Amino acid sequence: MSSKIGEIIEASTSGFVAQCYELHQPPPLGSLVKTREGEREIYGVVSDAATRSIEPGRRPIARGGEEAEEEDVYRAHPQLAKLLRTEFSALVVGHREGERLHQYLPPRPAKVHSFVHLCDGEEVARFSQALDFLSILVAQGDELIAACLRHLAQAHEDRHRFLVKAGKELALLLGGETSRLNTILRRIRG
Amino acid sequence: MMEETLHKEQRLGMVVSGSLTKGVEVKLDSDASVEDIAVGRYVTIEGEKRRFFGMITDVALDAMDPRLMINPPEVSDPFIAEVVAGTSTFGRIHVLPMLTLGGDALSLLEGPQRVKTVPSHFSVVREASEQDVGWVFGQVEERQFWIGTPLDMETRVRLNPEELVKRCNGVFGKTGTGKTFLARLLLIGIIQENAAVNLVFDMHSEYGWEGTSEEGRKVKSLKQLFPSKVAVFALDEESARRRRVSTDFVVEIGYDEIEPEDIEMLRETLNLTEASAQATYRLARHFGEGDWLEGFLSVEGREQINELAKGLGEHEATLAALRRRLDSLRRLRFLVPHARDNAIKRILEYLDRGINVVLEFGRYTDITAYMLVANLLTRRIHAQYRERMERAMGEDIAKPKPLVITIEEAHKFLNPDIARQTIFGTIAREMRKYHVTLLVIDQRPSGIDGEVMSQIGTKITCLLDDERDIESVLTGVSGKGELKEVLSKLDTRQQALIFGHAVPIPVVVRTREYGSPQSYKELGFREAIELKKKAEEETEDLWR
Repeated sequence: MSSKIGEIIEASTSGFVAQCYELHQPPPLGSLVKTREGEREIYGVVSDAATRSIEPGRRPIARGGEEAEEEDVYRAHPQLAKLLRTEFSALVVGHREGERLHQYLPPRPAKVHSFVHLCDGEEVARFSQALDFLSILVAQGDELIAACLRHLAQAHEDRHRFLVKAGKELALLLGGETSRLNTILRRIRG
Repeated sequence: MMEETLHKEQRLGMVVSGSLTKGVEVKLDSDASVEDIAVGRYVTIEGEKRRFFGMITDVALDAMDPRLMINPPEVSDPFIAEVVAGTSTFGRIHVLPMLTLGGDALSLLEGPQRVKTVPSHFSVVREASEQDVGWVFGQVEERQFWIGTPLDMETRVRLNPEELVKRCNGVFGKTGTGKTFLARLLLIGIIQENAAVNLVFDMHSEYGWEGTSEEGRKVKSLKQLFPSKVAVFALDEESARRRRVSTDFVVEIGYDEIEPEDIEMLRETLNLTEASAQATYRLARHFGEGDWLEGFLSVEGREQINELAKGLGEHEATLAALRRRLDSLRRLRFLVPHARDNAIKRILEYLDRGINVVLEFGRYTDITAYMLVANLLTRRIHAQYRERMERAMGEDIAKPKPLVITIEEAHKFLNPDIARQTIFGTIAREMRKYHVTLLVIDQRPSGIDGEVMSQIGTKITCLLDDERDIESVLTGVSGKGELKEVLSKLDTRQQALIFGHAVPIPVVVRTREYGSPQSYKELGFREAIELKKKAEEETEDLWR
């Protein structure tokens, strides 16, 4: 069973923002997360994560001048954990209805307060059988694509084969943008 | 997954453009490497309604974006190289569709048809399977003759000897590419299936008893493989004896058998002027048909020649020149004033009995002797065949068995200047009306008259690299430009492009192996011990 890591606090058709239950524990960049909307499961790729003050107007103040260890800051000021929160945003890359997996946007966005789970290896492998979702990511930054592919590759037995397949898909999607392709390929090789 | 199990043959790519006349362009899939493709190989194309069968005629490299050429990706990294191959950069192959195999039951019965259209866009292209190739070329039965296998395949390509002998055939290729081997194989096929009787003018004595391979190894020839079906005639008894070849007949040709036409044929090789050649006809009138050469050669001294010239109304110098040139014929020891036996009659006797005749030239390997003898004998034999054929038609009796005459250095006989006059030109044009056809072996097909060339039914060409030779061999063939590429890329050994009457589509074959004990066995050769054993078994059976 995949673990519950957070809860949606902002949702649109193309993405959602979720707050993590654990401070400083967002899912890794590029990892695959999912949430439920009615009968549907919506998949997203983590595109950004941030930890900030719960009140936009109040910025945290540095408090560790007197402490020897970083952990001591939180130990001395236990309220800090309540004043900060970690959020992450995810891009919706597909959804599942029953047994059918679609790598395109769902008809409706997820609900706010839906739980967000991190997909386990098996699910990641199943999702990345097809690579149609890459076209959604191509509109985003190269870093995200590279991170996502690195993450997905871990779920495959033959990592190299998966990365080559994905690389070829990207080469087609990026067409003439050779330098972008090169950038991404350099980040996923090895 | 399902598709993979249905089609075992590797998918190569898909059709992206093309036309019927020029062939179709196929973009290779990313996992099909251009380096694994070879021109001359067969592919099948799955069209919407029918399947197409074609040949790869060109391979090219292409890129999605021309900027890639200026700023190449980091291919030093194997991963990046692997990704880029087949996507940003890809291979293209050019395929010449040749046959269609219809989808419905009726067209399945009809078998492969010639193409009249091209496959639709993005049809899948695969390597042709053994089964496909077998379907196109027909299944070869155990005892049937086959010449080789298509490139990288096991399917045997059959050249039906019966069909083959109905028209003239040509074996071409530059020196050392295996013309003799191929011609020998064809002759073996014709003899093995008893499709015709052969008369071989064997310039270098390679078809009779034994020949030599390129490596200098001795290989068995026709007489050894088919002792009871082949007779070796020799022009040069001494050479035959030295080579320990048992000859069936020693050919002598009398001066009285040589006609002015025979000399006219030799104009080029004897370096005769038009006037000298014409003078032979007057000499023949003067001395009489059978005696002119002997008579003329016995005229000695300038005065006698001058006198003769005056009598004939010829220029003295012309006659003197002719005399000098004809003197060189005396070197040919097989030419005698009167032959002891009639070679033509003997050859015909053998041919009538269904025995193939190989005429070995021994030491007389110069073109003058070869042309003189080949032309002289063939003219008489052809005349006999013609007469018999006409009689057979008139009296409704059995027609003579088809005769195949094999000549080497064919461009000397069939060049545009003399093709109209020589008997070989006539045979090539009249074709099979009189049941006589030619097997021409030549390294310089561009020297052969275009009209003759167009009458050659099946052409078997080894590597040719002269532009004009390639041009002349491919005259009148559809897809000529494409086949040109294939032809000029053949290996120098054991590969030949076959096209024309006897094969459904042009095919590049790897010719079957010849020269090992196993190969002889496959061709029907039995060692003496085996023969004896078989005979003994049969005798035993008789007494049982």
